[in-house]
Amino acid sequence: MSVPPPAAVAAAGVSERLRADPGLALAVAALWLLLGLFVLYPLVMLLGRVFIDNGQFTLQGLAAVLTDRHQLQAFWNSLLLGGLVGLVGTVLGFAFAFTATRCNLPRWIVGLIDIAVLLPLVSPPFTTAIGYIFSFGPRGLITYGVLGIKGVTVYGMTSTLTAESLTYFPIAYLTLRPMLAAIDSNIEGMALSLGASRWRVFRTVTLPLLKPALANAFLLGFVESLADFGNPIVLAGNYEVLSTKIFFAVAGAQHDPGRAAALAMVLLALTLAAFWLQQRWLGRRSYVTVSGKGDGGIHANLPRPLWLGCFSFAALWIVFTLACYAIILTGGFVKDIGRGDLTPHLGHFASGFAVEWRDGAPAFVGSAWDSFFTTVEVAAVAAPLTAIVGLLSAYVITRHRFVGRRAFEFLTMVSFAIPGTVIGVSYIVAFNVAPLELTGGMAILVICFVFRNMPVGVRSGIAALAQIDRTLDEASSTLRASTVRTLSKVILPLLRPAIVATLVFSFTHAMTAVSAVIFLATAKYNLATVYIIGRVEAGEYPLAIAYSSVLIVFMLAVLLAVQKLVGESRLGRRAATELPTGL
Amino acid sequence: MEKQSGGVVFEHVTKRYRDVVAVDDVSFAVEPATLVTLLGPSGCGKTTTLRMAAGLEAVTSGRVLIGGNDVTLRAANERDVSMVFQSYALFPHMTVLENVCYGPISMRVDKARARSLAHEKLGMLGLAGLEQRLPSELSGGQQQRVAVARSLVLEPAVLLFDEPLSNLDAKLRRRVREEIRELQQSLSLTVIYVTHDQEEALAVSDRVIVMDRGRIAQEGAPEDLYEAPRSRFLADFIGDANLVDGDLAVDAQGATFTAGGVAARVRADGVRPGPATLAVRPHRLRVVDAGRGALDGTCKRVSYLGSRVEYVVATPWGELLAFDGEARKRIPRDAAVGLSFEPDAVIVLPR
Repeated sequence: MSVPPPAAVAAAGVSERLRADPGLALAVAALWLLLGLFVLYPLVMLLGRVFIDNGQFTLQGLAAVLTDRHQLQAFWNSLLLGGLVGLVGTVLGFAFAFTATRCNLPRWIVGLIDIAVLLPLVSPPFTTAIGYIFSFGPRGLITYGVLGIKGVTVYGMTSTLTAESLTYFPIAYLTLRPMLAAIDSNIEGMALSLGASRWRVFRTVTLPLLKPALANAFLLGFVESLADFGNPIVLAGNYEVLSTKIFFAVAGAQHDPGRAAALAMVLLALTLAAFWLQQRWLGRRSYVTVSGKGDGGIHANLPRPLWLGCFSFAALWIVFTLACYAIILTGGFVKDIGRGDLTPHLGHFASGFAVEWRDGAPAFVGSAWDSFFTTVEVAAVAAPLTAIVGLLSAYVITRHRFVGRRAFEFLTMVSFAIPGTVIGVSYIVAFNVAPLELTGGMAILVICFVFRNMPVGVRSGIAALAQIDRTLDEASSTLRASTVRTLSKVILPLLRPAIVATLVFSFTHAMTAVSAVIFLATAKYNLATVYIIGRVEAGEYPLAIAYSSVLIVFMLAVLLAVQKLVGESRLGRRAATELPTGL
Repeated sequence: MEKQSGGVVFEHVTKRYRDVVAVDDVSFAVEPATLVTLLGPSGCGKTTTLRMAAGLEAVTSGRVLIGGNDVTLRAANERDVSMVFQSYALFPHMTVLENVCYGPISMRVDKARARSLAHEKLGMLGLAGLEQRLPSELSGGQQQRVAVARSLVLEPAVLLFDEPLSNLDAKLRRRVREEIRELQQSLSLTVIYVTHDQEEALAVSDRVIVMDRGRIAQEGAPEDLYEAPRSRFLADFIGDANLVDGDLAVDAQGATFTAGGVAARVRADGVRPGPATLAVRPHRLRVVDAGRGALDGTCKRVSYLGSRVEYVVATPWGELLAFDGEARKRIPRDAAVGLSFEPDAVIVLPR
């Protein structure tokens, strides 16, 4: 008879008797219901649509898509594009991360890098595509205005690749940078002291340690490209990829939801395969040395050519990004940026955002206002709901044990892995018909955002709760507090950073998402991103770009406001707002 | 909130995690207004037992009674029990006053009354003036007192302490343990105290329950456990002891213990002949000149500890530890010495 170690005893957690706490049981039941309805049900319906015909299992739907030459072409195109984006994005991200951590640059340059990296993250996904058109298109500033080339075609694989790489590389940068910084400089220093040249150190010590992180970045880029809809729909032209093919199968002339569903299945399978690969590669222990002791700090200098190469590469890309955004932010407000005509011209802007005064009250007559207000409304409703559902799930998962907890946790995170296009299609398949006919309304938009972004709330909630010592729950319980009181008086205040982060992320995402909701928006409930894409399709580029600028500025303003609000609370009378880890 | 301090009774309580038994059929009673300590090495089940008393762990089988009421199925917030945690578990975002008021407010006591109760208890523990501080702005000792005040303010039937001194530095420990004992006695509280430090247990308790691998090894008053341990484990765990395996012979004059070819006279009361283990406390062994004691040996190690000198002497009975509290002369290493002891000053354990 052996005795469990104290850690196992403590990890058994707070009381295992759920039935003793009706509030908690109710919360778990409600979450199960919501997840089952809005995460599981659509996926099941999608599967059914593809694999079941007249009540029988069939591979016909899938076969029809995989044998059709056109569909197969899209499949290979997606694979190729994804692979290239993964490659280019990783190289870019690495170059930036390297420059930022190893070149010992002055602070202001690192600040510039951060801005260049942040901009794509807060913009709608097709901004880079539109910026690309304005820079390199038939009437682009660079191709037409500067270089005077006429009639250049901008649609195709290369432009999509560039736009997607620009959109993706910030994520690669953000994942690679901490890895690079974490490599103990002592290890490199030791290699140097053993007589290795700087090149050798880089080749034999630094690079191998980074292999898992690089592989991870590649796979992430691959998945991002597969899921991307905003850039291909604007730039890909005849280079069809799965996400655009799915869209046209639903919204195009050949309305064939069955084909859309089958294609969505293929896309999903590809994405899941990539994630599975990622798990396998990273399942092994990390190669990066993260020891508790602080290292010497200054990293060894890089070999000169590498230093120069990285720096110029990064510098070039920063210039390109900033130029793109400068064009985006001004293109909508000048007469004709293509011809270099930079006279301020609010005509484009006005057609979308005109405001008239009638009877002493503003009337928003511009064509863009409807979608703008709907988007803000949907985002403002979805963000708090996302935080509530996500954080409540995180609390229930980490602090309590109940039947099916692992399955529950899996369900909360599964929408992370599913491309937006697939979710959009599954929602159409599931909610176009009874018993739940939700398409066409505003509720479905909110629901889509809430359950799409829920994993972020769950992840940050779990991380934040890990910092909150379990004994705080227990102390609260021994002080006669109910679970609800514990949650609201003890846990919630300590979760504030996670709550804010979730709110910001879901609001941002709801404002800028397109790949899922393009299937769900209607004339009555239109969203900004969908409206913009409509303008692009119609060739009204200046209005599209003006609207994009409005969105970007609005997003930045919201972020700054949140920063101020949260920042200010730190100056309150409670100076010690840092959470002591474990008292 | 005038209440009688209740007693605690555990009846055949078992706690099982899958196929591992953490607490195995444990039964004991804690009389009202006494301080009982659960003592034992890591993993013996004492913390699990305490948590079952608090309601933070469910029992697998058995009954828990508090103040005569069966509380086995009640959650922690439904029992009249308060707990002081090892890490204090003060709410970091609340002031000292808010922390102490938390319990009464949970019980729907109105704010003004809760505050006056809190002030009273904070004053009692010497924390007056610190009400508006945050836990991060207090010293370890102050934090602990706030934790105690927070538990006391509810005037619970039973108060539980989970290794309260382990986070304090050595100098503070003695003072704080005396304060806890003082508090318990002046307020006539029923306290269950958990520790792995046997000296602490002996110092503060009315009764000590020693646990080993999920079971109760022995329970009794501190003196009983120290003077009359009933097993090898207990003799070794409580205080220091030299353990010698040998044989016991009983004759008309008394008892003789033989090991390693050397015999010595030992206490004769209640002993039975046969294989036995002799336990001798180091401070009962006197270091004398060679040939003058029951055993002869060589001095292997000498340690000067200020209050005493510790000798390790190699004898036919093995290496024995002896304490010399008078320390008038220090015997050098490798010197030939003798060890003597009173026949009554030993513990005879069956083997």
